[in-house]
Amino acid sequence: MAKKIGQKTKTPMPHVDPGVRRHSFGEVATGYSVELARQEAARCIECKNMPCVAGCPVEIDIPAFVRQVAAGDFDGAFQTLSAKNLLPAVCGRVCPQEDQCEKVCTLGVRFEPVAIGRLERFVADYAALMHLSDTAAPAAPSGRKVAIVGSGPAGLTAAADLAKLGHSVTIFEALHKAGGVLMYGIPEFRLPKTIVQGEIEKLTGLGVDIKTNHVIGRTFTIDELFSELGFDALFIGTGAGLPHFPSIPGVNLIGVFSANEYLTRSNLMKAYRFPEHDTPIVRGKNVAVIGGGNTAMDSVRTALRLGAEHAYLIYRRSRDEMPARAEEVEHAEEEGVEIVLLAAPTELLGNEKSRVRAMRCVRMALGEPDQSGRRSPVPIAGSEFEIAVDTVVFAVGQGANPLIRSTTPDLPVTKWGYIVADPETGATQKPGVFAGGDIVTGGATVISAMGAGRRAARAIDAYLHRLPAGGHAAADAFIST
Amino acid sequence: MPRILAKETLAPDVVRFWIEAPAIAKKRRPGQFVIIRTDETGERIPLTIADADTARGAIALIVQGVGKSTHKLNRLEPGDTILDVAGPLGQPTHIEPGMRVCCVGGGIGTAVVYPIAAGVRAAAGRVAAIVGARTKDLIILEREMAAVAEPCIITTDDGSHGRKGLVTEALRMLFAEGYEFDEVVAVGPLPMMQAVCAVTRPLGVKTIVSLNPIMVDGTGMCGGCRVTIGGEQKFVCVDGPEFDGHQVDFAEVAARLRAYREDEATAMDRYRAELAAPQR
Ligand SMILES: Cc1cc2nc3c(=O)[nH]c(=O)nc-3n(C[C@H](O)[C@H](O)[C@H](O)COP(=O)(O)OP(=O)(O)OC[C@H]3O[C@@H](n4cnc5c(N)ncnc54)[C@H](O)[C@@H]3O)c2cc1C
Ligand code: SF4
Ligand code: FES
Repeated sequence: MAKKIGQKTKTPMPHVDPGVRRHSFGEVATGYSVELARQEAARCIECKNMPCVAGCPVEIDIPAFVRQVAAGDFDGAFQTLSAKNLLPAVCGRVCPQEDQCEKVCTLGVRFEPVAIGRLERFVADYAALMHLSDTAAPAAPSGRKVAIVGSGPAGLTAAADLAKLGHSVTIFEALHKAGGVLMYGIPEFRLPKTIVQGEIEKLTGLGVDIKTNHVIGRTFTIDELFSELGFDALFIGTGAGLPHFPSIPGVNLIGVFSANEYLTRSNLMKAYRFPEHDTPIVRGKNVAVIGGGNTAMDSVRTALRLGAEHAYLIYRRSRDEMPARAEEVEHAEEEGVEIVLLAAPTELLGNEKSRVRAMRCVRMALGEPDQSGRRSPVPIAGSEFEIAVDTVVFAVGQGANPLIRSTTPDLPVTKWGYIVADPETGATQKPGVFAGGDIVTGGATVISAMGAGRRAARAIDAYLHRLPAGGHAAADAFIST
Repeated sequence: MPRILAKETLAPDVVRFWIEAPAIAKKRRPGQFVIIRTDETGERIPLTIADADTARGAIALIVQGVGKSTHKLNRLEPGDTILDVAGPLGQPTHIEPGMRVCCVGGGIGTAVVYPIAAGVRAAAGRVAAIVGARTKDLIILEREMAAVAEPCIITTDDGSHGRKGLVTEALRMLFAEGYEFDEVVAVGPLPMMQAVCAVTRPLGVKTIVSLNPIMVDGTGMCGGCRVTIGGEQKFVCVDGPEFDGHQVDFAEVAARLRAYREDEATAMDRYRAELAAPQR
């Protein structure tokens, strides 16, 4: 029998005051205390069919860990989480819970759902503070070598799982820090970098070798990882890091950025601490960010923190269609972001020094639903207007980086350049090569990338067991005879 | 961490480093570059691979101290390490066996042109070279160039070494003397590359220039290095750094290079002050 319903709304999570935080890169939400966490966990009615578990892309045993929190067994709760999720401190902060576990929570049908994400974050932070670690023992060494290309959530998860299965794992990362979007994209105020690095250290603890500054396709090609470095299998998790710019006049003016550049300067290169850190960033007074996803929210909130007097978010559809996490949109508005809906830029205008000075926009109306099911915006004739801006950031989606596909001709890709891989196993059509995360699906979520990494790890393990004694080299020789 | 094996001064504020980077030394081809970062608070900066020694597993980088990052780098000594070196990046120069190329280097641009000249020579091609600078002290790699190019013409603005005048005048002279080239490769300050393109355009001689915009990642992820080539958007770090000079929008490249001029000055001033301050 399910428990009786108690408190009907989520226990609020403490936040830094919007007036303070709009000037600070410190984390916005400060997290539950032990008391608040237990109070919130006690709300779970332990319903019989537990829809939350199926709502979680990695099927965490949510009712079990919530029950453990309610009982004050935080160590047990951490072990329950760790059984399914490598990066709980990250997921608790950035997963779109409102579209996943919390969306289907039984309590949420009539009241607010259990704050599963906040509880996950609490448990992970508690574990980090108490130096708890995942107690599952790794398997005996298999003698097989696996290379992971890219160190985002997909690559990290695949690496950890494969290491636990006894394989020798090396991650190759193009940038100087591991973590993918978690390091270069998502800002400090939403996901502190010490937390990401803490999660990554777990991998080094498992014996995973992380090689930064290795650009696959350049330093080594995919084929060379097999032939010269002797890997038996490969996982490609290189993300969707190619920025798109709209085809409108003025996109190359000074002060116009892709969100990737703007966020990378600020997060990875710490330009918000210029001149203590050497990388500069344009500190605009009037900043317009174009887009409606998490990337756009992160950019516009970064602009505020860099000292913008006006930070506009320009989105071509209405609020309902915004793909960003609901909490981020709320936070952005509280901090003073000015949201301009149903509008899109048509032209950027520059001054005599080629710096952007204004943006011309057109108003939109919503028409018929498009392939994604969202109603597509249609420009309204004669509705043009101009905004004075000195910085413009485009967060209008990304594509697949060409470095690997252009140097691996026998790796089939879609017409958009994404790698073709089996959604269940991550297997590509090239023997021994698996792929997952944004490089297969296009820009998605941290947790879906992790899920893909996990499924691929399972398939790679099975593949390695099928390989003949000499490993990939022997398999290759066998195929070519 | 990559170690500095050797260091020599080629001209005032211009240094050649040999850096331990076996994988890059083996893989690199003429025209490619690396991204380096000297220390934890440093910028990521692109530098052309000026030469490679596969036996020693080393690459050569020629660095002109222009801002804080390059000055910091130039203060390092043999035995010191560089925090991050990633590469080889960018597309290699397109070199065909037996091709006839005129390599034009202006100032530090000679460091970029030299590996291309050496590559053409190694592919049984014929190289003529024009190496220019403001004055004698700023001419670099004269000996190396002369070893792979015939003729190898030196020009200085003030006539202190070689011919007095600009590289474009020497180029015109070569054409007037009846030299024929499949390609001209020009690397140097933007106005110089633009001037070379102005000479070759009416003659219909294909001209390759190497661009050095501001970069962040160097892997095609940020788009900060974007340029317009023949009306199309290209990323210099993956599509370049070499492009058909007759198609480049030089004015745009020049404007974008000035994006952080004030910040660069701030950083440099602070750095000078730090160096001048007594050590604690
Ligand atoms: C600003 C921003 C905010 C976001 N916010 C959220 C959020 O709140 N919640 C959420 O769920 N999702 C969010 N996302 C989406 C989420 O971050 C991605 O879906 C997820 O990170 C994809 O993981 P991945 O492992 O596939 O790739 P990535 O995280 O993109 O990592 C790929 C890694 O591979 C490296 N790489 C690329 N090419 C090569 C190569 N040739 N050789 C070696 N290494 C290479 C890259 O440098 C990178 O480190 C956000 C994305 C962005 C950009
Ligand atoms: S669906 Fe909600 S109420 Fe039911 S077990 Fe999961 S968290 Fe508890
Ligand atoms: S430097 Fe970032 S895309 Fe070229």
